[in-house]
Amino acid sequence: MFKIISAVIGRDLKLAMRRQADIVSALFFFIIVVSLFPLGIGPEPDLLRKLAPGVLWVAALLATMLSLPRLFADDHRDGTLEQLALAPHPVGLVVTGKVIAHWLVSGLPLALVAPVLGIQFDLSADALIVLTFAILIGTPALSGIGAIGAALTLGLRGGGVLVSLLVLPLYIPVLIFGAGAVDATVTGLGGEGHLSLLAALTFASLGFAPWATAAALKIALE
Amino acid sequence: MLEADNLECVRGERRLFAGLNFKLEAGELLYLQGRNGSGKTSLLRMLIGLLPPEAGEIRWRGQAIATLADEFRADLCYLGHLNAIKEELTPLENLLAAAHLADEELNDDDALDALEQVGLAGREDLACKYLSQGQKRRVALARLVKEKRPLWILDEPFVALDVAAVDWLAGIISGHLQRGGLAVMTTHQLVDIPAGTVRELRLS
Repeated sequence: MFKIISAVIGRDLKLAMRRQADIVSALFFFIIVVSLFPLGIGPEPDLLRKLAPGVLWVAALLATMLSLPRLFADDHRDGTLEQLALAPHPVGLVVTGKVIAHWLVSGLPLALVAPVLGIQFDLSADALIVLTFAILIGTPALSGIGAIGAALTLGLRGGGVLVSLLVLPLYIPVLIFGAGAVDATVTGLGGEGHLSLLAALTFASLGFAPWATAAALKIALE
Repeated sequence: MLEADNLECVRGERRLFAGLNFKLEAGELLYLQGRNGSGKTSLLRMLIGLLPPEAGEIRWRGQAIATLADEFRADLCYLGHLNAIKEELTPLENLLAAAHLADEELNDDDALDALEQVGLAGREDLACKYLSQGQKRRVALARLVKEKRPLWILDEPFVALDVAAVDWLAGIISGHLQRGGLAVMTTHQLVDIPAGTVRELRLS
């Protein structure tokens, strides 16, 4: 079971390393969108502190969306998806591997740059730590839920826009608890409750999403 | 070993075939023939379990492939008309990745040997996007060299190959049949497979 998951992760990471432009463009999108807000709003620390959690999280959702359409599309086009579906393992395990690889190249870099971007919003050290944590444990849920959307729109024309319409509403709970955790820290309430709910969302979606995705892929491959 | 019982295929509004039966034993090859759009590829996709038949059943070693699931796929090697190779990876990496994902043992030496047999010696470290169409096809076919699984399902395996490679592939397939393997393939060019029993099925 772990062998197939690690084989898929290894392959996808190797492919991502050969195609670094994809990773870098999503990351720079995140950096630029987040940096535009302080420039547009002006130097008002109170307002910026208030906006920071929401802005960072919305930008993280959009940056994750950017790479979703390609999650299965490339494999579908060159026929490797068929071979993955024919591997002597449940397809859900293959999808789990792909979701983990997607998080490693899209979610993890966001969490690593988030604290640096948070400084622009005058966030306190505590809030920055919570922000990093929240993005670290929330983004796997984004990859998992996104995989369902990517599989459902596989092979459709204009699939990219459709993925956003399908997936963004499902991201709302992650957005609420992710931004809420930072917000609660800023206001001094403590973000632990939000963080545990966020972790629960991530576990639930990582457990459930691969199987829903596998069912969607099966339909796409018929 | 492989049995199709009363298969029916409907794509969209059209019924492509119905009441299709065949039986294939160890060491036998089934040639699927028929004009374009007669349902050859659909039948192959049914045989590998990706397309559920409208009616009827496919059995492998006496059991329905839908219930065997993983067990059936562990006996199956499918080569579609897409090459299923990654352009960014080298032929060697492609071969090793495909084997790992299919849960097969393949070491570097075996993989290099397979690539040499398909005439890609010296190109194993070149990303596949720099290879020609025929060379990419050869990378895909290199999988068959060390393939020990009993059931091969090949969709147009001879496309884009030169004469020497067609002969080589015919040899690989007859070696497989001699070892007691089964093969089902579609093709428009009839190639003489020297070993095994060859059956033909024409879809119309």
